[in-house]
Amino acid sequence: MSVAETTMAGPTTAHTFPVPPAIAPERMLSPGQWGMVSFLVSEAALFSTLIVTYIFYLGRDVVGPTPAEALRLPLVLCTTACLLSSSATIHRAEKTLRQGSQFRFLQWWTATIALGAVFLGGTAFEWRDLIERHLTIGRNLFGTTYYTLVGLHAFHVTAGVLVMLIVLGLAIRRQVGAANHAAVGMVSWYWHFVDGVWVVVFTVVYLIGR
Amino acid sequence: MAIVEEPLELARESAAPPWTTVLHNWTTTVDHKKIGIMYVLMALVFLVIGGIEAVLLRWQLFWPRYDFVGPDAFNQLFTMHGTTMVFFMGMPILIGMGNYLVPLMIGTRDMAFPRLNALGFWATLFGGLLVYFSFATGGAPAIGWFAYAPLTERTFARSAATDLWALGLIVSGVGTTTAAVNFIATILGMRAPGMALHRVPFFVWTILWTSVQIVLVLPPLTAGLAMVLLDRNLGAHFFDVQNGGSALLWQHIFWFFGHPEVYILILPVFGMVTEIIPVFARKVLFGYEFMAAATAAIAFISLGVWAHHMFTVGMSRAQDLFFIVSTFLISIPTGIKFFNWLATMYGGRISFASPMLFCIGFLSMFLIGGLTGIMLGAAPFDFQLQDTYFLIGHFHFVLIGGTLFGVMAGIHYWYPKVTGRMLSERLARWQFWLLYVGFLLTFGTMHITGVLGMPRRIYTYDADRGWALLNQLTTLGAIIQVPSFIILVYNLFASLRHGRPAGDDPWDAWTLEWSTTSPPPAYNFEVIPTVHSRRPLWDLKHPDDPDWQYE
Repeated sequence: MSVAETTMAGPTTAHTFPVPPAIAPERMLSPGQWGMVSFLVSEAALFSTLIVTYIFYLGRDVVGPTPAEALRLPLVLCTTACLLSSSATIHRAEKTLRQGSQFRFLQWWTATIALGAVFLGGTAFEWRDLIERHLTIGRNLFGTTYYTLVGLHAFHVTAGVLVMLIVLGLAIRRQVGAANHAAVGMVSWYWHFVDGVWVVVFTVVYLIGR
Repeated sequence: MAIVEEPLELARESAAPPWTTVLHNWTTTVDHKKIGIMYVLMALVFLVIGGIEAVLLRWQLFWPRYDFVGPDAFNQLFTMHGTTMVFFMGMPILIGMGNYLVPLMIGTRDMAFPRLNALGFWATLFGGLLVYFSFATGGAPAIGWFAYAPLTERTFARSAATDLWALGLIVSGVGTTTAAVNFIATILGMRAPGMALHRVPFFVWTILWTSVQIVLVLPPLTAGLAMVLLDRNLGAHFFDVQNGGSALLWQHIFWFFGHPEVYILILPVFGMVTEIIPVFARKVLFGYEFMAAATAAIAFISLGVWAHHMFTVGMSRAQDLFFIVSTFLISIPTGIKFFNWLATMYGGRISFASPMLFCIGFLSMFLIGGLTGIMLGAAPFDFQLQDTYFLIGHFHFVLIGGTLFGVMAGIHYWYPKVTGRMLSERLARWQFWLLYVGFLLTFGTMHITGVLGMPRRIYTYDADRGWALLNQLTTLGAIIQVPSFIILVYNLFASLRHGRPAGDDPWDAWTLEWSTTSPPPAYNFEVIPTVHSRRPLWDLKHPDDPDWQYE
């Protein structure tokens, strides 16, 4: 007998068989949200390994340049400000989408992409400067760990910008509405995570490590 | 209450579709059941490959000063044997069985992300192929499965074999991580109404914690392998000692993955055994709550025991002590589980059908593996026996006596659900006893060889060391195991045609997967079931005396 038939058979014999208590629906995250959370946890494990490695090798170089000699703060402070404020703009974008305001959503979303792109441009500029001053991945341990850690983060920013560009393309073709709020929310969670990682990377590499 | 048996012929199409259609269906499928079957088949293929490598290794050690494969090939063989069995047999078979069973057990129609699920399988398979492509470079990597630095540096491993090995493990590691993400989302987000987390079948609970472990420890391995690739191909200095790099860091990164890995390989098996023992003892599982808490405890503590693989590296005394204590600590939840299994069997009407037989094999062998694990967890003892055959004996008792026996129990238990046919009980018994005897002879003997001082990974030994007879017994045991696996493969395929029709619920079990047809339809359940207790099928069969009254 299938499950359904048995359940249906319940009422006729209810006076003899015990009746199960009613089931209270659970209020938890959606499968998509659980998936994103566990994906981000795995990303956190990945970044943690590289951050620990960076700290482990700090000051163990056998040749220069050291972080204090190579890294310059002004540029990275500007790009950091851009990336951090992009968390606010994507939050605004999400909120306006939920309210059903297509045009405002497009504005905030484009602003987020632009801020992410500025951050990437800043990284590219910084790397060119460092390479011109002969800091490469093969130069010393600092170069090895610096390019790996910052590079992995920049890769994540790039991936985020690409995904946001796809959403932008869909939104311009009017295929993103309030109904897609959940999916856009996932992109936003990822972006907040990438921002949060940068706070740690920035602190370790540019503040403590220098 | 009887569950209606549908004639099997009805399910089968009268005109078989052309093989190209079948192939297309399987390669493009996103059905969790088909993906699960493909994972298991892939794992069995790699089991045969890894097994052949093991027999070659053992034959090389049969005679003192023998030159059957020679030292170079020997190093490649043990590297590939370990890599294959851990990454392409152990994890895929567990993930495959989880894929098949989890949605059925929690009463849903598929995994949370079906396409991601397919991606995970194909990444795992192609990762395995990528690792085996290393033979095309003139020889597989000869670095051991844990690939200690600086052996993986360009200086010592000059061919591209090591690059292919690292790339293959990264690719399959991404596949494994996606599978874990999928499990977590499915189990936490898609349970049937009433299937609260404190009511999920125990196998589902262990898969959840295994997935948590995978999500936490696979990415560090990926990071470590990326460092190896950067060192080898871009001239980075992570593990390059001359430029300040550290070989020790690799050991920490690797074992931070490597030790939880053995729990990744055993937790789902704990789950399978916990499903099977109550059904064949005709009793409710003893101490579900304690078992559940012990699983979570193992998952957490296992993240803090990794350096017990590194006692002989020369860590500080504080570090030694910490890892001794944490290693001993993890034996407590494992012991809780063990006593719960015994208490479940105690006073039960035990049937010795093949799944239960393998469970008892699991209990007896895993106990020994666990106890030698505690011995090796004591650093002073470990100093003496590190990297001897005692260690090889220990972890094969855990991985074969534990994981393999448990997986065999699971295969014999769920095969009727997957295929609609029963496996041959007679062949299963032959398989069990050949495996049991061969296994004891192989790995039991290794403990003695190890105490006598034979190191692992040596390709030969002198006759005057007195190790020859023991090595011959070990090799003999390996040869006894070979027909056991041939019988398994024969049984799996022959029973597809000749097996007795199984019906929906051949074992009179209590979990949801037995409430649907065998094999289940693509949509699993006509109506998503509502669950009121830990044994929903018992409630259906006994509406006069349902379980939820007592939980």
